[in-house]
Amino acid sequence: MTRLLDALRDLHLTGVKEGCGEGECGACSILLDGRLVNSCLVPLIQAGRAVIVTIEGVAQGERLHAVQEAFIARGGAQCGICTPGMVLAAVSLLERNPHPNDAEIRAGLAGNLCRCTGYMRIFDAVLDACRRLDNDSR
Amino acid sequence: MRGYFPAFDLRAPKDLPAVLRMLADEPGSWRPFAGGTDLMVLFEAGKLPPGKYVSLWGLKELSGTVVATDTVTLGALTTYTDVLAHPVLGAEFPLLCRAAEQTGGAATQNRGTLGGNIANASPAADTPPALLVYDAELELISARGSRRVPYERFHSGYKAMDLKADEIIKSITLPRGRGSWIQAYRKVGTRKAQAISKICFAAAADLDGQVIRDVRIAFGSVAPAVVRCPGVESVLRGRTLDDKLPAAASLALEHDIAPIDDMRSSASYRLHVARNLLIQFVSETLLRRTH
Amino acid sequence: MHVGRSTPRKEGRSKVTGQARYVDDLALPGMLHGVTVRSASPRGLIRDIRYAPGIPWDDVVVVTAADIPGANVVALINDDQPYLADGRVNHAEEPVVLLAHRDRSLLEEARRRVTIEIEPLPPVYTIEESLAAREIIWGTDNTFKKYLVSRGDVDAALADAVTIVEGEYETGAQEQLYIEPNGMLAVARREDGVTVWGSMQCPYYVHRAIERLFNLPTERIRVVQMETGGGFGGKEEYPSILAGHAALLAWKSGRPVKIVYDRAEDMVATTKRHPSRTRHRTAVTKDGRLLAMDIDFVIDGGAYSTLSPVVLSRGTIHAPGPYYCPNVRVRGRAVATNVPPHGAFRGFGAPQSIFALERHMDRVAAAIDMPPAELRRKNFIQTGQTSAVGQVMRDPIDMPALLDRALELSDYHARRARFDASNAAASLKKGIGFAAFMHGAGFTGSGEDHLASVVTLEATVEGRVRVLTSCTEIGQGTNTVFSQIAADALGIDVAAIDIVQPDTASVPDSGPTVASRTCMIVGKLVESAALNLRTTLDGAMGGNKDFTSACREYIQQIGPLRASSQYHAPAGARWSDERYEGDAYGTYAWAVYVAEVTIDMTTCEVQLDDFVALQEVGRVINPVLATGQIEGGVAQGIGWTLFERVVWRDGRMANAQMTNYIMPTSMDLPPIRVFFEETPYEHGPGGAKGIGELPMDGAAPAIANAVSHAAGVSITEIPITPERLMALMEIAVA
Repeated sequence: MTRLLDALRDLHLTGVKEGCGEGECGACSILLDGRLVNSCLVPLIQAGRAVIVTIEGVAQGERLHAVQEAFIARGGAQCGICTPGMVLAAVSLLERNPHPNDAEIRAGLAGNLCRCTGYMRIFDAVLDACRRLDNDSR
Repeated sequence: MRGYFPAFDLRAPKDLPAVLRMLADEPGSWRPFAGGTDLMVLFEAGKLPPGKYVSLWGLKELSGTVVATDTVTLGALTTYTDVLAHPVLGAEFPLLCRAAEQTGGAATQNRGTLGGNIANASPAADTPPALLVYDAELELISARGSRRVPYERFHSGYKAMDLKADEIIKSITLPRGRGSWIQAYRKVGTRKAQAISKICFAAAADLDGQVIRDVRIAFGSVAPAVVRCPGVESVLRGRTLDDKLPAAASLALEHDIAPIDDMRSSASYRLHVARNLLIQFVSETLLRRTH
Repeated sequence: MHVGRSTPRKEGRSKVTGQARYVDDLALPGMLHGVTVRSASPRGLIRDIRYAPGIPWDDVVVVTAADIPGANVVALINDDQPYLADGRVNHAEEPVVLLAHRDRSLLEEARRRVTIEIEPLPPVYTIEESLAAREIIWGTDNTFKKYLVSRGDVDAALADAVTIVEGEYETGAQEQLYIEPNGMLAVARREDGVTVWGSMQCPYYVHRAIERLFNLPTERIRVVQMETGGGFGGKEEYPSILAGHAALLAWKSGRPVKIVYDRAEDMVATTKRHPSRTRHRTAVTKDGRLLAMDIDFVIDGGAYSTLSPVVLSRGTIHAPGPYYCPNVRVRGRAVATNVPPHGAFRGFGAPQSIFALERHMDRVAAAIDMPPAELRRKNFIQTGQTSAVGQVMRDPIDMPALLDRALELSDYHARRARFDASNAAASLKKGIGFAAFMHGAGFTGSGEDHLASVVTLEATVEGRVRVLTSCTEIGQGTNTVFSQIAADALGIDVAAIDIVQPDTASVPDSGPTVASRTCMIVGKLVESAALNLRTTLDGAMGGNKDFTSACREYIQQIGPLRASSQYHAPAGARWSDERYEGDAYGTYAWAVYVAEVTIDMTTCEVQLDDFVALQEVGRVINPVLATGQIEGGVAQGIGWTLFERVVWRDGRMANAQMTNYIMPTSMDLPPIRVFFEETPYEHGPGGAKGIGELPMDGAAPAIANAVSHAAGVSITEIPITPERLMALMEIAVA
C-alpha cells in the first residue's frame, strides 16, 4: 500500500504537508475529483484516474487565486504549514457556497487545524476572497 | 507513521462480484476497506493488523440512494456528504443528517461512509444511534447471496457483529413515515468539530396528545456497542406525559447502559450526562411540544 | 513610512502557493532516514539492548551513547541531560538508540525489534511526590532551582491582618502542537564538520549544542533554519537534541540523515508547558488595599532541568502581577519528576503564576465583598512605584484606564448584573470575568547583557539591503517587521529589503527567537544598524543621491557597505543576579482581557461567547500581524483553559494523537476582539514593545473567573473540562 500523500510528495508536490497522518489536522488536504480530502488517509490505489488538485495547482501561473491573495492581505497565513490545506479548504468551500456566513465558514474549515492564527484572520481572508471573486466576475 | 507499508496488500477489484469472489475464496483473509477514515488512522498508529485488504471505494453496486414509497435505501458507500446533500434525508431523517454534519470536517465527510461507520463497530460512532432510532435494516451480501438483518441486532458486543467472514454490508434501509415523530440528537464531543463522542444521544417519539404512542432511545459511547435502550423505552411507551415520567425514565436508564472511564471522559460524567439528555428529551422536548 | 502599516507578510506568497521549503521538503542524494528507539520505562538501569532477528541489521546504522565523539550532554544551562541515555533512564520515551536506513518504512519495523531491558527504579510523577523527597531523583533534594523574592515584612503583615485569603491553584501540561513536527537533516563528516538544516527557533543554541556533542571547533559547524511551521517555544531547546541525533547518525554512516518525527512521537517525547501549583496567602484591608502577598510557586520540570530555571524565574517575577503591595514574598521552585522534560512554551512560566494570581484576586474581592474591578483598581502599580523585585517602574502605566476601556468594550458591568439576575433558574448559565496582567519583554534580568546580540545589514550594488540576523521567522512575522523597521530607518521601500536565511555560517548571533524579544530587542538593533548604514553611506556619498546609485558607487569606490549593531542595556538599567533584584525587564506590556461564557448545565460544557483582548504594547509595527499574534495567543490560552489535557499514564502521555489531545478548531473559538493602546517605548524600534507571549497570559484567568461567575463555584484548576466542572458543581450542591 502507498498513501496518496507520499505519492504526491514523491512527485515533488511538497506543498502537500504531513501534520498528523491521522486525518485530523488537514495540512495534507487536496482536491480529489473536486472534493476536499485528507491525502494521508487515501490509499493511492483508490485515486486511479482521479483529477487531483494540490496547492501547486491553485494559482494560474503567476496569478494567484483570490483566496491566496486574500490570505496574504488579511494575515491568514502565519507559519504557513497549515496554509496549503487551509487555502484548498477555503477554495472548496467557496466553490460549493460562494457567499458563506460566519457559521458556514467555520464549519467549512473545521477539518483544518491552525495553531498560529486563532482562525480570525483566516475567516477574514475568506470573506475578503468572496469580495474579490465577486469583483472578478463583474 | 507506525505502519509498515509492504505488510499491507490492498487490492481494488473492478466490481462487486469480483470482491465477493475474493472474500469467498479466502474467507477471513481479506478485510474490506472503504473510505479509509478509520482504518488509515489505525495504520498511522501502527495498530492496523498487517495483511490483505480489499478496496470497496467506487463500487457502483454499493453506492447511490433509492427512495421508495415506504423506504429509503442507502448504499453502504454513501458518504456523510451524500447524506447531507439528499433532500429526502434532510426532510425525513434529521437525526442522520445531524450525525453526518457533526462527523469530522469536510474532508472526512467526503470520504467517510455509512457502511464503514457501521462495520468499524466503534461504540463511539455518530450515525449508529440515529440508525437505531430509525429502525434501520442492513442488507448483507456475499457470494452465497444476500440477507437482511435489523440493525438493532447487528452489534452484539465490543467490535462484535453479525457479519460473516465472506460478507460485506451492501445497503442500509430506513422505513419512511416518521416525519411527525418528535426527534432529538445530541453529540457531546471533546470539542465542537473533529471530535469523538463522549456521549451521543438520539431519540424519537410518536405522540398522541399527551400519550407517548411509540418511542426510540439510543446512545453511543456509553456501552461496549452503540445501544438502544429497551428499559427506558418500555417505561415511556404508552405512558401519559407527566412530571414523574422523566425520573422514571432516568432510573431505567442505568440498566440499559454501562459507561466506562477512558482517556476522553469518565463513567460518572457519561452516566450523568446521559441521564440529563434523557430527562431533557422527556421533560423539555416532549412536554414543551404538547403544551 | 512602513512602521504602523500592515505591510503584507514578506514570505506570504511562498506560503500560500506551497513553495515555502520546510525541512521535510528537503532530500539529499544518498540520504538515510533516522528513527529513535526510546525507553519504555520511566526510571531504571539499562541492563541490555537486544536486536531481534528479521531485520537486515548489517544494513542499518545503529548509534548508542558509546558512539558519541564529544560530550554526551545537551549543552544548555545545567548540562544534565544526555543525548542518549547511558546506563540509566530518567523518563519514559528517553532516547537510547538511534537507527538509520534508506527505507523509512523498514525503520519502523526495526524500531519495534529493539528491546531495551531496564531494571526499574521507583519513579516520581508529581510535584507533591517530588517535594516529599522520599525518592531522590535529581541532585540532593529534587529541586532544579529556587528563587526567593522578598520585600517588606510579610510575616508581620499577615500576623496583623484581619482578613487573610488563601488559595491553591493548579495548571496542567500543554503541548505546543505546532502543525509541523520537529525535523532535522544532517550531514556530518570528520573532514568537513557538521551541517544541519531544520525546523528551529534558535540556530545558535543548536550550534553550541552540536559543538559540545562533537567536540569540534565552532567554524566546522553550520546550522541552517528552514521555514519553520510554528514553534511557540516547542522549537526553542528541543531542536538541539534532534539535530544532534541526526548528526550522530550522519557521522557514523557518512551519509546525510533526516529525522522527522511523526505526530505521536512529537507529542509523547518532546517538551510541554510546565505543570504548576501555586499557593497564595493574601492579607487585605476591608477597603481593598493589599497588605501582604505570600506566594509559593512550584513548577514540574520533568526529568532534566533544561530551561526550567529560567521558566521559573519569569513565573516567579510575574507572580505578584500588575499590583503594588508593600509586603511580598514569592518562593519559586522547579522540581524534578520522571516525565519527559517540560520546556519553553509561549509565556514561559508567567501564564501559570498569572492564572493563580488573577483567579485569586477575584476570590480576595469576594472575601471582602468588593467588586473584582474595584479591588484591582485600588492596587494597580503606577509609574514611579517599585515592583516586588525592586524595579522602579519608569515608563508610563495606566492600568485603570485600560481596565475601564476593556470593561466598556465588553459591556462588563451591565452583563454581569444581568447574568446575576437570570442565572439561578437557567439551564444555560452565563458568566463574565476578566484578568489584568502584564508581561515583561526580552530576557529576564541580565539575560540580554549576556547575549550581547548582534545584527548586521549589508547593501548590494542593486541598492537592496540584506538583513543578517539569527532571529527566525516562525510565523510570528519577523521577516516582515524587520523589513519595515529597516526600510524606515534607511528611507527606502520595504520591497528593497531582503531577510537572509538564518545560517550560522553567515549571520551573526542575534540571540534566540524567544521571550518576546525579536521585535523589541533585535528589531531595535536592526533599526540602529540601518541608521548606521545610512549614516556611513550619506557620510561618504552625500545625502542627495538616490539610494541605489549611492550604494553602487560606495561599493565600487570604497568597498563593502555593511553596518552592525550590538545590544547594550539602556542607561541606568540594573539587575543583580546574586540578590535577584533590580530591573527585571526593560519594559512591560500591559493588558486586560475579558471573557464571556455560557455553561450548558446539561453537559457542563463551557462555550465562549465573546472575548475582548485590550493591551498596551508600545507602538504597533504591523497591525494585521500584531492582531494575528494576539488572536493566536488567546486561542492557545483558550485551549489550555478549556480543552487541552495531557493524560498521563505511568509518566507517559497517553493521548498523544491529535484526535485525543484536543486543540481548538475553527468551531470552538469565540470572536476574539483585539484592541491596542499605543504608548511608545523609548528603547523599542519605532516605539514598539514585545508582544508575542503576552496574549498567552490572560485567557485562562479571565475564562476561569467567568466560569466561576456563571457556575457559582470556584475554579482553581485548569483545564476546566466538563468532567471537572460537573464534579465541582455536584460537590457544591451536596
